Order: sequence, then C-alpha cells, then structure tokens
Amino acid sequence: MTATSHKKGSVKATVSKLLLVVVVMFAFVFVVMVPLYNVLCDVLGINGKTGSRYEAVEAKIDTERTIKVQFVARNNDAMPWGFAPADKVLRVHPGELRSTAFIASNPAQQDMVAQAIPSIVPSRAAAYFNKTECFCFNQQPLKAGEEADLPLQFVIDQALPEDIHTITLSYTLFDISERVAAAH
Amino acid sequence: MYRHAKQLWQLAIFPLIAVVGGFSASVVAEPERWEVNMPVGATEVSRSIYDIHMLIFGISCVIGVAVFSFMFYSLWAYRKTKGHKPATFHDNTTVEILWTVVPFFILLGMAWPATKTMIEIYDTKDADMDILVTGYQWKWSYEYLREDGENIKFFSALATPQEEIYGSSGKNENYLLEVDNPMVIPAGKKVRLLLTANDVIHSWWVPDLGVKKDAIPGFVNEAWTRVNEEGLYRGQCAELCGKDHGFMPIVVKVTSPAEFDSWIGEKQQEATEIKELMAQNFSLEELMERGEAVYQRACLACHGANGEGGVGKAIAGSPVAMGDIGNHIDIVVNGVPGTAMQAFGGQLNDLEAAAVTTYQRNAFGNNMGELVQAVDVYNFKKGGGE
Amino acid sequence: MGEHHGPATGMTRWLFTTNHKDIGTLYLWFSFAMFIIGGAFAMVIRAELFQPGMQMVSPAFFNQMTTLHGLVMVFGAIMPSFVGLANWLIPMMIGAPDMALPRMNNLSFWLLPFAFTVLLSSLFMEGGAPNFGWTFYAPLSTTYAPPSVTFFIFGVHIMGASSIMGSINIIATVMNMRAPGMTYMKMPLFVWTWLITAFLLVAVMPVLAGAVTMMLMDIHFGTSFFNAAGGGDPVLFQHVFWFFGHPEVYIIILPAFGVVSQIIPAFSRKPLFGYDSMVYATASIAFLSFIVWAHHMYTVGMPIAGELFFMYATMLIAVPTGVKVFNWITTMFKGSISFETPMLFCIAFVFLFTIGGFSGLMLAIAPADTQYHDSYFVVAHFHYVMVAGAVFSMSAAVYYWLPKWCGRMYDETMGKIHFWVAFIGFNITFFPQHFVGLAGMPRRIPDYSLQFADFNMISSVGAFIYGGAQILFLYNVIRTIVAGKKVDDPKVWDGAEGLEWTLPTPAPYHTFTTPPQVK
Repeated sequence: MTATSHKKGSVKATVSKLLLVVVVMFAFVFVVMVPLYNVLCDVLGINGKTGSRYEAVEAKIDTERTIKVQFVARNNDAMPWGFAPADKVLRVHPGELRSTAFIASNPAQQDMVAQAIPSIVPSRAAAYFNKTECFCFNQQPLKAGEEADLPLQFVIDQALPEDIHTITLSYTLFDISERVAAAH
Repeated sequence: MYRHAKQLWQLAIFPLIAVVGGFSASVVAEPERWEVNMPVGATEVSRSIYDIHMLIFGISCVIGVAVFSFMFYSLWAYRKTKGHKPATFHDNTTVEILWTVVPFFILLGMAWPATKTMIEIYDTKDADMDILVTGYQWKWSYEYLREDGENIKFFSALATPQEEIYGSSGKNENYLLEVDNPMVIPAGKKVRLLLTANDVIHSWWVPDLGVKKDAIPGFVNEAWTRVNEEGLYRGQCAELCGKDHGFMPIVVKVTSPAEFDSWIGEKQQEATEIKELMAQNFSLEELMERGEAVYQRACLACHGANGEGGVGKAIAGSPVAMGDIGNHIDIVVNGVPGTAMQAFGGQLNDLEAAAVTTYQRNAFGNNMGELVQAVDVYNFKKGGGE
Repeated sequence: MGEHHGPATGMTRWLFTTNHKDIGTLYLWFSFAMFIIGGAFAMVIRAELFQPGMQMVSPAFFNQMTTLHGLVMVFGAIMPSFVGLANWLIPMMIGAPDMALPRMNNLSFWLLPFAFTVLLSSLFMEGGAPNFGWTFYAPLSTTYAPPSVTFFIFGVHIMGASSIMGSINIIATVMNMRAPGMTYMKMPLFVWTWLITAFLLVAVMPVLAGAVTMMLMDIHFGTSFFNAAGGGDPVLFQHVFWFFGHPEVYIIILPAFGVVSQIIPAFSRKPLFGYDSMVYATASIAFLSFIVWAHHMYTVGMPIAGELFFMYATMLIAVPTGVKVFNWITTMFKGSISFETPMLFCIAFVFLFTIGGFSGLMLAIAPADTQYHDSYFVVAHFHYVMVAGAVFSMSAAVYYWLPKWCGRMYDETMGKIHFWVAFIGFNITFFPQHFVGLAGMPRRIPDYSLQFADFNMISSVGAFIYGGAQILFLYNVIRTIVAGKKVDDPKVWDGAEGLEWTLPTPAPYHTFTTPPQVK
C-alpha cells in the first residue's frame, strides 16, 4: 500500500508535465507556427507573397538586363468591381524605380471597400520585387459608381537570379465591405 | 521504350484482368476501359513521371516478391501440423544491421532519379505564351495574356447534358470529360499556366500532360507544359471544391501553330461580333433561345432544370424574376454578396446576361412578357445601377 | 477494505464506472457502433459509385457522406477502439491494478458519445452536415462552409479533449504503475507502441485543436488566419492540419503494430524477433512523423527545395517500417505456426500493410505524386494501411483476447469464415482502386467517366461483401459472449506470453491488487 501511495505522487508529476506539453503545443500553433509560416513566406516567397513597404535606396541601374513585368488583375468571388492594369506589360531594368497604376471602378449601387492581395510568379522573384508604393498596403474604399487610379511604384533588386526574365504580378481584389462594417 | 514498358505491365496484369472479365489489347491515347496504369502522356514531363513511377513500382515488386516468398515459405515450411519444434532465437545483430542499411541504399537509388525528374518539372525557362487559369465553383476560365491586343478570356464548363447524368438516357463516350470551350494551345510551344482560383481551392489536373497544380484563391501558382502531338487531352479538378467538384472537367486542345493563330483570330472576331450584336435589339423568341442556352450553362446547376431551385432559390414564381427589372439585372450582374449567388457580370457578356434575364422572366410559367436587351445591361453597368 | 467487490449493477455501473475493464468494454462497443455507422456511410458512397450517373444521392449529400465517413472512421472507430484495447490490456500487461487516473478515464470515455452526437446531428441541420472532406481545407471549410461547421468544430474539440485525457492516462499508467521488475525494455510491445502513440497524441491533438480554433475565429470573430482578404493564407491551414495529420496516421497504426507483435509470436510459438529494434523502429517512426507532413501537399506550389526535403524525409520512413516487417516474418521463420483466426488476421495484416507501404513509398516520390495526388490511388493506399492495417489488427486482437475477457471461446470455423470474407471483400474493394487512380480518377467525386465504370462496379461489390463481413464479426462476438464454449485455462493459447495470461480466465473484475514480481 505504501508503494501505491508513493506512486500517486509521481502520477501527479507526470500528469502536470503532460498538461504543460498540451498547453505548450496549443500555444505553439499560434505563437510559433503562424508567425514562422509568415516569415518563411517572406523569405522564400511562398505563394508569391511580397513584403511590406520598401524604403527606396539609391541603387545603380543595371541596364544590361531587361525584365519583362506582366500585370494581372482579378476579382475574387462576387466582387463586382471593374479592375484592370493600366499597363499590361512593362520592360524594366533592375534597380530602376518605375510607376504604374491599376484602374478600379465600383459599378454597384452601394459604397464598397476592397483589399487587393498581391502574388508574384515565379515565387522566387518575390523577395526581389520591392514596392515603394502600393495600393495593396491599404484598403481601397470606392463610392457607388466611383472610379479611381490605384498607384503602384516598384523597383526590382539587382540581385534577382539571372535565369528570371519574366515576372508576373497579380492582384486579386477581395470585397471586404462587410468585414470593415463589422469592425466599426 | 515507354510503349514497351506499358505492354510489359499489361502483360503482367493480364491474368487478373482476364479473370475479372474483359481485355482490350490496343494501346491508344484515348482513355480505355480496364486501364490499369498511369498514362505515358504526351509531354516530356509526363514521360519522365511515367518512367520514375514504373521504376519505383518495379523495385517495389521485386522487394515484395522476395519478402512475401520468404513469408509464405516460412508459413508453409514451419507449420505446426508438420510437428516442427520451434527454434528459440530472438535476435541477430548482423542481419538486423543489414536490413536497416541495405534498404537505405535502395532508397538512395530511388531518390536520385526522382530528384532529376523533379528538377525537370521545375524548368522555369522562358515560355512562349502565358495562360491565366482560374478555378470557379464549378468551372474553369482561361485568359490568354497578350501583350498587344485584348486578352482573350472565356469560361470552360461541363458540356455533358443533365439528362445523361441524372436521367436514363445513354451516356456518350466522353461523359463528364467534355467541355463547351476547351483550352486551345499550339503544338510544340512552351506554355506557362498561371493558376489561381475565384473562391475555394481547386486543382488543375490533366494526366496526359503530367500537370497537376493547386489553384488557390488570392495566390498564383505556375506550371509549364509543352505538347508536341496534336489532339484532345482530358482531365478533371482534383481538389474537393464543393458540390460539383466531380463536374468540372478540363479539355486541352492541341493544334498546329497555324490553326492556333486562326483560332485566336476567330476569338477576336467573336469579341467584335458580340460587340456588334450588343447594339442590336432582339425579339423575345431570339432572346429566349439564347437565354435558355445560357441558363443551362450557368444557372441550372443551382436553380434546377425547371427553375424549381436547389442550392439557389426557385426562379419559377420568384419575386425577383417577377419583380423590378433593375433589381433582377442587378442580381444577375452583381450577385448577392454572402450567398452562393455569384456575380455573373464578369462571366457573361451583356447580351448573355440580357438573354438569361429575359429567359428567367418568361420561362417556368413566369410569363412576364418583358424583354431585356444587351444595351439595358450595358447601361446598367455603366450607370452604376440605373 | 474493498477485497473483491464486484461491479455495480444496472446502468449506473457503466455510467459511473472507474474500472479499466468496464471502460475498455465501453470504448470497444462505442467504436464498433461508430464503425457500423461509418461503414453505412461507406455503403452509400459505394452504392452511388456502383455505376456512372447520379442514381441514389445528390452530389451535395455525397460530399457529406465522404466527410463523415472519414471523420467517424478515424476519430470514432479506429482511435477509440485502440484506446479500449489499451484500457483492457495495459494494466493487465504491466501488472497494475487499474489505470493511474480512473475517474478521468470515465470522463474521457463519456465525452466521446457526446462529441459524436454533436457531429452526427449536423446531418439533420439546415445546410446539411460538414461537406468539406475529413481534411477540411480552408476556405471550403470556413468562408464556404455550411452553418453546421460550428458544431463540427465543437465536436472536434470535445473528442480531442477526450483523446488527450486518454493518452495522459496511459502515459501516467505506464510510467508509474508497472509491477516491480517490469523495466521498460521488458514491457510487451503493445505497451511500448501505445506509450509512444500516447506521446504523439499529447503532442499533436492540441495542434488540431489550434487549427479548428483558428477556423472558429475566422468564421465568427473576424480574424483572417486562412483568409487571403485579411492577409491570411489558406495554405497555412494545410500546413497546420498536416502537422497534426501525419503523426495522426501513426497514432492509428502504431498500436496495430503492437497488437501484431503480440499475436505473431504466440502462434509461431517463438519469441518476437528483434524486440529492441522493434522499440527503436517505433520511436524513429514517431520522430520522423513530425518532419514529413508536407508530402500531403506536393501540389500546392512549394519551392523545389521544400519538395525535395519532404520527399527524402518521407522515403526514410521506409527503413524503420521495413525493419518491423522483417522482424515479424523472421519471428515466423523456424517457428511452429498454427493458423487460428487471430493469426490469419495478422498474416493478412503483414501482407496487405506491406502492399500499402509500397504504394506509400510510391506516393512519397514527389514528381510521381504529380499524378497520384488526390486520385483514387491515394484512396487505395490509405485503405490498405487503415483497414488492412488498423482494422484487421483490431479484429485479430478481439479474437485473441476475447476468451481472456469473457471466459468463452469463439467458434473457430465462424472466425475463419469472417476472416476469409473480410480478406476477399477488402481486396476486391480496394485493389481495383489502384487502377482507376493511376488511370486518372480523382477522389471524392460522386460520378465518373465511363472508362472507370468496370473497376468501380467491382469495387462496390467488394465493399458490400466487406460490409457483410462486419455483420459476421458482430455475430461472432455476441455469440461468444452469450454461448461460447467455456474456457478456464489462464493461458488460453499455448504460445501466449505475458502477465495477462497468468491471470485467471475470465479475468476477474479486479486484477493485480498486489503487484506481481516480474523476473
């Protein structure tokens, strides 16, 4: 009987250690996995995600190379806006600061808010595509029937791998009117 | 060589098939009944995949035969009824190290060619053309990205009639693998596919091309293909994407470059013609005829063959179809946010939207007697609603 | 005090029991009920797929069936059945009087019927049951899910809590309640595999809980973990899910390895070959299961380095798995083998599980997976592992230990008939699915093109046979309990080894109240 009561104590110790593991693993999902995934996406360009605003540094323009930059605009799901790139293709030298725009219009009868989500292919290029100004950094409200030019300014890093000659930048427009309304 | 391997494989599997009841000896590109193996396919990549598949399968078979022979021999030779006295040994370090190390080297032998094939699949060298492939619930759209001139964009949906799926009418040989507008590409050209989705995750899979890539909403994936042989290649969506996941096939039509150019020309012509048609006024009969075709393609899956509803609301006797025209057009063009009713403004041209609205207002006993012309839809879109 | 008081009588015995044998029985019957329900869903699926065209159900309902079939079988049938086995056997195998935490044991069982009532009640809700597959990928399971998804999340949370409690209990028991002399390296392999499984469960069930919590927050509280519109990413869901999901696969199969490692030596009348390497192999499989998850995601568009890493890591699993198979076969070699029903199921296990292992190796090859991924080849593969692996080993376990549990012997002829019907039915069902998968049939489709028709019809016929085999199983078990021939030899099987066989047959309600001395 003394042996059993001795064991009771160590059972308690085992259980508390295991409960700690459970709590740690649950937290691991939120505290480690999610941020780690986001970091990996930034570094490896998973899904062609691009980083946040880039502070332009004076850089040499590499006129030896010309990169074809393609622009694609899409609407997600039931998003009714008109959305198209002003330039379908730009030919750019690495290091050169370039501007273009996307044209958006809201044909609906109510005011709406949109969020543009960028994605770059090849995803390896994402880390070298630096945006100094982009409408995707902010939400885009448009009143019913309103039209707007959404600006984009970018520079391609000279360190872009040699074998990449074409970069496609796609923006998908999501309707976030309801989410914004719910948040207020 | 590929053909050869395929025949060998069929020979190996022959007894099984013969027992089950049927056999077809011909080796053709079109899918056939009783097919037991992966297609060799029509691209370099699909052939490499087939080769690596057969290699791993072959090695597995050899190991399997050896292991199972040893097992069945042991079961037979050391059965109790034979009166054999059991041995008592329970380990042997040499043997145990051996069967840990040897499989490791076999695996190395598999990893090497697999890596080579993987690198081949990821060949990112410049492509001759780009197509943006978008997965929708439940159809695909293809947009040919063109530097000069307008992009060519169209939807590609299941062409198999509902009667073949639900009714007792016979099924044609391409049942569930046929679409209204196939994706057309020129033979011998490297095509880059940019894959994305409109709503949920889909996956674009054409076995003969050796391409399967997920289409993810908001993000773009890429895949490449170069098909040298002209012909039709069929595939399906491979990622569960909701109700009609089984009903969104893919058809790729590979033509000669010359034919491809004339197809592009036709598509552009079509776009111009549609613009002209938009300016015309149609009679009720004409609109009903066009509208019925659009309805079957775009509305029927959710609203039912007789407008009785299903996933979507009933159209027959609906307050929308029998109410204000402006509101009806608004719902067709902009959808109903937060529901399964999509915005069709981007999927249907103005004439199609007008025709289907007219159809819905006059079919299924709604008989409103009103016409909606393309220009009405155009004005609606332009005027932000009015 | 409390010398040999028997069980309470009536319903209260089962509701309030803290006895490991009672709780084991509850788990086993519950899992069998779930097995029948999940099986009924499978019958609906196979009936619809019997021929091309939609005949029986709507595509929407078909998706609910595939989803619930997967969820019920994985979380309701297979996992609880092994927990039931652990409850019955682990105390008896290590010489303990009961589980370490008897009251928590009661709670962890009674959470399960509650969880599955919540889950299955969704069938009768507006919008239908979950229809996004048992892997519930976002955004199909979030933005585009039916309203019942909230109940699904609730159900998963409860059954996850049940699993965690169950595994904490098992670890606490094994670590603290072993009889004197029962060192770790003397423990029966079934105890070892369960100990490792329980650690896996404690590590990954919270991850699953995290995944569904994120879903819940996305759906109801405006976060955007998996929603691109708010800066989230649907692919993140797949990473989190499979970080849980791949260890989950081993959670299901490791106890099965344990069962087979007990039974094969008994009927070969020869000690298990390579006990130590079995333990190390199990541990390495458990470790590797944490670094291979993305092999379920070869087509999402990972960088090539990622694809290659997960391919190499996955291939590595073949090494410890191979060691296990070689050990089992060498155990048979030079034994004195008899072929009672439990042994037949174990031989079939080794044979069919190895086939599933080979198709698993093929699936590990990233470039070839371009064609296999999400095709019926995958369906064939995991049913060879889950059914011929987990379910066959469970059948073997029931026939092997049932005489010890109830003191009555099953009818050997009926047992063998059950085995052969199950074996033949299983293979007719799932072998042709390799073919249609390779030929290009995607999984989770309610209707298919004509070239897949013949094999699908065969597959459906096989499924009905295999379904019928389970009725035989139920009949055999009930008949044994009610009218089986009485046995009272402690060692029911002449080749059986282990502490549980030193106890009287049937095993008394309380066992090992004084711990045995293990030499």
